[in-house]
Amino acid sequence: MKIETMAVKEVSGDRINIDQIRADFPILGLRVSGKPLVYLDNAASSQMPQAVIDRIVRYQTQEHANIHRAVHYLSELATREFEAARIKVQHFLNAKESREIIFTRGTTEAINLVMHGYGRAFIGKGDEIILSGLEHHANIVPWQMLAQEKGAVLRVIPMNDAGELLIAEFEALFNERTKFLALSHVSNALGTINPVKQMVAYAHKHGVPVLLDGAQAAPHQALDMQDLDCDFYAFSGHKMCGPTGIGVLYGKAHLLEKMQPFMGGGDMILSVTFEKTTYNVIPSKFEAGTPPIMAAIALGTAIDYLNGIGLAKIEMYEQELLDYATGRVSAMPGVRIIGTARNKAAVLSFEIKGVHPHDVGTILNADGIAIRTGHHCAQPVMQRFHVPATARASFAFYNTKQEIDKLVDGIRKVQEMFS
Amino acid sequence: MSDMRQLYQEVILDHNRKPRNFGSILGANRHADGHNPLCGDHIKLSMNVQGDKIEAIAFEGEGCAICKASASMMTGAVKGKSVQDAEIMVEEFRGMATGTLDTDKASNHLGKLKIFAGVKDLPSRVKCAILPWHTLHAALHSDNSVSTEGEADPVPGTAIGGQ
Repeated sequence: MKIETMAVKEVSGDRINIDQIRADFPILGLRVSGKPLVYLDNAASSQMPQAVIDRIVRYQTQEHANIHRAVHYLSELATREFEAARIKVQHFLNAKESREIIFTRGTTEAINLVMHGYGRAFIGKGDEIILSGLEHHANIVPWQMLAQEKGAVLRVIPMNDAGELLIAEFEALFNERTKFLALSHVSNALGTINPVKQMVAYAHKHGVPVLLDGAQAAPHQALDMQDLDCDFYAFSGHKMCGPTGIGVLYGKAHLLEKMQPFMGGGDMILSVTFEKTTYNVIPSKFEAGTPPIMAAIALGTAIDYLNGIGLAKIEMYEQELLDYATGRVSAMPGVRIIGTARNKAAVLSFEIKGVHPHDVGTILNADGIAIRTGHHCAQPVMQRFHVPATARASFAFYNTKQEIDKLVDGIRKVQEMFS
Repeated sequence: MSDMRQLYQEVILDHNRKPRNFGSILGANRHADGHNPLCGDHIKLSMNVQGDKIEAIAFEGEGCAICKASASMMTGAVKGKSVQDAEIMVEEFRGMATGTLDTDKASNHLGKLKIFAGVKDLPSRVKCAILPWHTLHAALHSDNSVSTEGEADPVPGTAIGGQ
């Protein structure tokens, strides 16, 4: 007992203060079905700390006007705060320049922007686009649409039974027709963290640009665009303690500059006549219309909040939660964990023998436990593992081991009911 | 609904474990496939309709307990019934599951099927219970494939999509 206490104290400087963090999230005090909420659906959307909520209220009560337009006080203030948020994102990603940061509605729009702006201009008939078998539908369907339009071909990187991509097979897919690689950084369905730095470097050896879908990576680990060297990186605000309706596309400036606009409208132009429109410079070229100003500013505050805790600490704590959950759930008879990659984010997909995931989800919900059930918008992953759907618990830095214990108790209850 | 035993009653669990009329009818003259693309539920229905009467009916497929039990109990309930009576039950079941028919107040033919009334409090599960009935409706009309999405969505806006 004594030794254990000492060990905890030794590392306490590197650890997050979980009680303090939980107090930052008002929603975690909620009761659902009469029970304290156990929110384990963070891969779908994370919760928002009071600091971000306060920032939204301050913006809407003291700062709101349209940006990049009028000369009045509020417009200038809103513009300044919006652009300050862009610089926060730049630093969060360690991007070279702030003009490489484009605000979108989310990851999906960011990927579609690249498909339209880059894909339609530079990918043609017979060209090949490489995707992985782990992708979310958002990183499959746009490329399929492009392939259909252009007569291009999709090639898929296979994975092993643990849910890890097969690197030799990946490398063997490259040939002179390969024009693009679209790859998830972290799998939303299985939690696999792909060796993206190595894969980007390999693609670049063949002159192939790379888009990384970072929706599941952004809130859980420190990101460095210059180190990763990917050409595009997409993620969403609402999975990292920010609001919905805001996402980011990072793109290397020289690529963004040669791309076509995605949408036409105000803000993305320099001059318009009925004969000809001259497009604005990046990033404005890709931000037609009034952007989600409040959401972008709130995302900036979410980044401040995450930085305040420290991404390294968050990553370490979430790994601890994952190890604990994996240990407890894998020890349960009749439960199979799907996705057992060596390098894994805090996502636990599982199935209970003889029980459909939706029944699992409904029964856990009656105990206040929120998990995701279904195909997780990754049907090819489900097909690969021969399951129609899985139950998925996904953890954030505000979750606790006690909550994982409740999940385990809930799984046991499901098994008893269906026995 | 916080007490799950209200929905997951022994009858439902039993039909889930040992679905009745599970399989397919040889020489069936009515077929339909039902899909809930959002959760992967899949029901394959085969029937033999002679004149106006459902002589034989069977189902196979994958689904949650609610969907499987609903299909199992449905096949038992409509076997031997006329097509018209089966259609009335389709409408009544749909009304009960979506909350537009109060089975305690309005007269109806649902009998044991009233056990599914609890799904109306679980919008994301309404489709699971209704899918077999949609499929039956399609089979009776020889409209061979149905989905709980689009125009046939019993509870629009409750899709289970996303991450």
